[in-house]
Amino acid sequence: MAKQKIVVVGNGMVGHHFISQLSNAASDDYEIITFCEESRLAYDRVMLTSYFTGNSAADLALTTPQQYAEMGVKYFLNQQVTAIDRTAKTVLSSAGETISYDKLVLATGSFPFVPPVPGKDQPHIHVYRTLDDLDAIAESAKVSKVGVVIGGGLLGLEAANAIKQLGLKTHVVEFAPRLMAVQLDQGGGELLKQKIAQLGVEVHTEKNTKEIVAGETCRYRMNFADGSFLETDTIVFSAGIRPRDSLARDADLQLGERGGISINNQCLTSDENIYSIGECALWDNKIFGLVAPGYAMAKAAVSHITGGEKEFAGADMSTKLKLLGIEVASIGDAHANTANSQTYSFIDSATGIYKKIVMDETGKILLGAVLVGDSSDYGQWLQLALNKIELTHPPEYLLLPEADGAMSGGSAGIDALPDTAQICSCLDVTKAELNEAVAGGATDIAALKACTGAGTGCGGCMPLVTQVMNAQLSKLGVSIDSSLCRHFKHSRTELFDIIRVKQIRSFNQLLDDCGNGDGCEICKPAVGSMLASLWNEHVLAEELIGLQDTNDNFLGNMQKNGTYSIVPRIPAGEITPDHLILIGQVAKEYNLYTKITGGQRIDLFGAQIHQLPHIWQRFVDAGLETGHAYGKSLRTVKSCVGNTWCRYGVQDSTSMAIFIENRYKGIRSPHKVKMAVSGCARECAEAQSKDFGIIATENGWNLYVCGNGGMRPRHADLFASDIDDATLIRYIDIIFMFYVRTADRLQRTSVWMEGLEGGLDYLKEVVLNDKLGINDELLLQVDHLIDTYQCEWKTTLENPGKLQRFSHYINSDKTDDNIIFSTVRKQISPSEKALELATEL
Amino acid sequence: MTTSAQWIDICKILDIPKNTGVCAHLQGEQVAVFHIHSRSNGAESQVKAVSNFDPFAKANVLSRGLITELDEKYSIASPLLKQQFCLDTGKCQQDDSVSIPIYESRINNGFVQLKEVS
Ligand code: SRM
Ligand SMILES: Cc1cc2nc3c(=O)[nH]c(=O)nc-3n(C[C@H](O)[C@H](O)[C@H](O)COP(=O)(O)OP(=O)(O)OC[C@H]3O[C@@H](n4cnc5c(N)ncnc54)[C@H](O)[C@@H]3O)c2cc1C
Ligand code: SF4
Ligand code: FES
Repeated sequence: MAKQKIVVVGNGMVGHHFISQLSNAASDDYEIITFCEESRLAYDRVMLTSYFTGNSAADLALTTPQQYAEMGVKYFLNQQVTAIDRTAKTVLSSAGETISYDKLVLATGSFPFVPPVPGKDQPHIHVYRTLDDLDAIAESAKVSKVGVVIGGGLLGLEAANAIKQLGLKTHVVEFAPRLMAVQLDQGGGELLKQKIAQLGVEVHTEKNTKEIVAGETCRYRMNFADGSFLETDTIVFSAGIRPRDSLARDADLQLGERGGISINNQCLTSDENIYSIGECALWDNKIFGLVAPGYAMAKAAVSHITGGEKEFAGADMSTKLKLLGIEVASIGDAHANTANSQTYSFIDSATGIYKKIVMDETGKILLGAVLVGDSSDYGQWLQLALNKIELTHPPEYLLLPEADGAMSGGSAGIDALPDTAQICSCLDVTKAELNEAVAGGATDIAALKACTGAGTGCGGCMPLVTQVMNAQLSKLGVSIDSSLCRHFKHSRTELFDIIRVKQIRSFNQLLDDCGNGDGCEICKPAVGSMLASLWNEHVLAEELIGLQDTNDNFLGNMQKNGTYSIVPRIPAGEITPDHLILIGQVAKEYNLYTKITGGQRIDLFGAQIHQLPHIWQRFVDAGLETGHAYGKSLRTVKSCVGNTWCRYGVQDSTSMAIFIENRYKGIRSPHKVKMAVSGCARECAEAQSKDFGIIATENGWNLYVCGNGGMRPRHADLFASDIDDATLIRYIDIIFMFYVRTADRLQRTSVWMEGLEGGLDYLKEVVLNDKLGINDELLLQVDHLIDTYQCEWKTTLENPGKLQRFSHYINSDKTDDNIIFSTVRKQISPSEKALELATEL
Repeated sequence: MTTSAQWIDICKILDIPKNTGVCAHLQGEQVAVFHIHSRSNGAESQVKAVSNFDPFAKANVLSRGLITELDEKYSIASPLLKQQFCLDTGKCQQDDSVSIPIYESRINNGFVQLKEVS
C-alpha cells in the first residue's frame, strides 16, 4: 500500500508534537512533510524567556534535522504555505513549491495582536513570540535604557521579565484595571502588582495608549488617553494573540465568528481531509492559548488518522507560572462565576502571599482557586478541583494547611484520586496510565518519564508523579529498595546520617552497627568517601586504606598498563614559571608523558608505583600539592584572566577561582566536583557546564549550579544573581555540603538535582530560607573540612610506614618487567609490545 | 607430586595492611597476596594468593584491587576494568571461561608464606 502523505503546515510546538506522535504510532505507513515559516525547526516556546537567562536556541530545540531525518520527516524551513487547493489536494509555498497531500494538518498557531496605535510601525518596537523576536529585542536593548511592555497579561509579564534581564528600566502598561485579568481576581492582581513593583518594574494600569511619537528624554513618547505619557526607548507589544487562520479563510474552511479554524472532536475542519490543531483551532467556540490543549488536539488528530478513537474533549485552562520570579497560579473557576459558589481568601501581606478558593454551594467541592506568591498547593488543589473530590474538612483547612498537619487540605492524599485523574496535563497522562507503567516495570522516575512522557513538559507535575509512583510501588509490594548493596540495607543518605549522628569512625564500626558481612566494591569506597566527608582523616590511614578504590589507594590514577598519572594542583590554572620549569624537569628526569589536561593543568603519565614518592617529594618540596585527580572530590576550578588582563572583564575571576579551589580542595564528595569562574558573560571558563559555575556581573557574581559536561551534558541552573563574595561562598558551602549529605554514591550534582524532589526551587528553599534548619550545621561541616585539610601526598611522604606500599614487590626491589614503552611524537607511550609480551606469559 | 616443594617466606603479615594486597615475587612469577581480616570471622587474619596478572587488562595489577565479600567468599576486583576473580578458585565472576592461577599460601609464625611452584 502506498504511504499516505501527511502535510503539516507550521512546525511549532503542536505541529511538532503531532509529527512525533504520528511517527511513533505508525511511521512506516505515512510520509510526513512539514512547512516551517521560521528559520528553525520546532522549539520550546513556553520556555522562550529562558533564552535570555542562559538557554541557547539549541537548548530550546524540540528536535533536530538529524532526528527528523531519522524519522523520515521532510521539512521546508523559511517557507510559508500561501495557499491550499482543496480540490487538487495540494498546498503552495512561498518558495513556489507545490506539494500534494492526502491529509493536511493546519498547526499555524497564532500571531501577537498589535492594536492599531499610530506610530506602532517604527524601529525598536517589537512583539514577543519567536526566537527571532527575542534576538531583535536584545539588539534594541543594546541601544536602549528604558523599555515598555504594552499588556499586563501572562505573556506581557514574561516579556517584562525579559526586558528587565536585559538591564533596562522596565514598565508595564495595562489597559485593564489589574494585571493578568484573565487568570487573577482583583486581590490577586493587586498583590502581584505590589510584588512586581518591589522588583523595580513599574506597573501602570488603566492606561490606553493613544499614539507613539518621538520622545524628549528617550527615543519615543507614549501618549495615553487620560492625557498622561511615558517615555521609552523600546516597546514590546503583548496585547493578546489571534489565531492564524488566513490560510483557512482563503480556502473557505469554516471559521468562528471571531476567527479561529472550527474543528470537531476529531480535530477535523469542515474539510474531511484537513485537520487543525493548536492555537489556530477553534473548538466549541473556544481558542486555547496554552500548549497542553494543543498537545491533546494533536493526540486526537493522530488517533483519528490512525483509526483510533481518542477525541479532543476540551481542556482545563488552569495555569501555574513563575513571572519575574513570582509564583502565580489559577485553577478552574477562579472568578467564582458558578451560581451560589462561595469564596474564601487568605492574604499575608507581610510575605506577599495571596490565596483564594472558590467552593461549590455545599462547601465540599473545590471549583477554582487563585494563588499568588506561593503556588505550592497548585498540584494538590488542581486534582481536587478536576476530580471533584469531596473535602473531609472545612474549606478553610485548604488555606491553612498547617492547622491540619499532614492532611494537606483534608483530602486523603494521592489515594483519593480516581484512576482517570490527569496527573500530567502537558502530556495528558492519567493516574491509571502511570500505575500501569509502574506495574509494567517502570519503577523509577527516569523510566516512568521515558515510558509515559509524564513530566517532560513544564515539569510541574513531577511531585505528584513521584507520589503516584511510590504509592503504586508500595501497593505492588515492591518496597522501594534503596539498599546501598548486599551489605547494608540503608541508602547512602541514611548511612550518612547514621555515621554522622553516631559518630562512626570506621567501616567495621558501621558494619557492626547496621551491616553484615565484610563489604564489597560498592559499599567500601562509598563508606570510605562518607567517612572522609565527615571526619576527613587521611585516606591511607590504617582503618581506611582497605576501603579505597583503585586511584585513592595509591593517590594517583592508574593507567591501562598499571602505571600512574601525576597531577599537581594548579589552582585556577595559574602557574609560576618556576613551577612550570620544575614540572618539566621532573617529567624529563623520569621520562613521563606530559600533557595539558582539559582542566587547565598538567598531567604526567607513566610513573611506576615505586617512583611515585620520589616524584611527589620533588613537587611537595617546591610547594606544589596533590591535585586530587584521583579523588571523588573537587577537581579543578577553571578560570579566565578576568578584569586583571581582559578588556571585557568585570571582576577578578582568577583570584576568585584560586580562592575557591583552595577552599574546597580535598573535600571528598559522592562524585567528582568541578567548578569554574568567568570574568564576564562571555564565559571563557565555561562555568555553565560545571557543578558550580560562577560568572562575574557588574554588581557581583551569578552562581550556576549542577551543570555537567561529560557523557550527558547538562546546562547549569542559575541559582542566584548579583551576589557579593561572602554570599557566593556561603551558598556554595551550603549547596556543596547538602549534596555531600544527600546524593547517592557516584552521583554527579546534575543527576542529584534532577532527582531532587522540588528541584531548583526546593534547593533555594533549603539554602535561602533554611527550610530544613540545617544550614548552620552544614556550614560547620565545611569549616571542619577546611580546617583539617592536608595535602595527602605531603602527609604520606612524612610517614615512612606508609611508603612501604609504594613498591612493585613486597619482597624484591625488582620492578614490573611487563611495563614497556615505545616512543611516539618524542614521548613515551604504553607499548603494544607490552601487550604481546603479556599475552605470551 | 614433588615432596620437595617448600614454603617460602614473603613478608611479615603486619607488612600487609588489613584487607589490602601486595605483590610477591615468587620464582620469577608475580603473585598477589591478600591479607583478609574479617570482622565476622573472629577477627583473625588469613591470606589468599592468586596471580597478579589481570587477563582482561593484560597488566600486573590485581594486588592493588579491592577485596569484596559475598556469603563469606572473597574475590578481588581488578583495579582497571573491575572484573572480579574468586580468591579460592581463580574463576572470573563475569566470564566463566576465564580464570587465573591460584597459589597456596599460609601465615606461619607471623610470616606470610607461599608454596614453591615446582
Ligand atoms: C586527564 C583528562 C583528559 C585530558 O587529557 O585532558 C581526563 C582524564 C580522565 N577522565 Fe575526564 N579527564 C579530564 C577532563 C575531563 C573533563 C573536562 C573538564 O574537567 O573541564 C570532563 C567533562 C566535564 C565534566 O566532568 O563535567 C571529563 C569527564 C569525565 C567523565 C564523565 C563524567 C560525567 O559526569 O559524565 C569521566 C568518567 C567518570 O568520572 O565516571 C572521566 C574520567 C576520566 C578518567 C579518570 C578515566 C579513568 O578512570 O581512567 C581519566 C583519567 C585521568 C588520569 O589518569 O589522570 N572524565 N573529564 C582531564 C583531566 C582534567 C584535570 O586536570 O583533572
Ligand atoms: C513567551 C511565551 C510564553 C508562553 N508560556 C506558556 C506557558 O507557560 N504555558 C503554556 O501552556 N503556554 C505558553 N505559551 C503558549 C504556547 O507557546 C503556545 O500555546 C504553543 O506554542 C502553541 O503551539 P502551536 O504549535 O499551536 O503554535 P506555534 O508554537 O506558534 O507554532 C506555529 C508555527 O507555525 C508557523 N506558521 C504559521 N503559519 C504558517 C504558514 N502558513 N506556513 C508555514 N508555517 C506557518 C509559525 O511561524 C510557527 O512557527 C507561551 C507563549 C509565549 C510566546
Ligand atoms: S570571560 Fe570575560 S573576562 Fe573572562 S576572559 Fe572571557 S571575555 Fe575576558
Ligand atoms: S504537567 Fe507539565 S510536564 Fe506534566
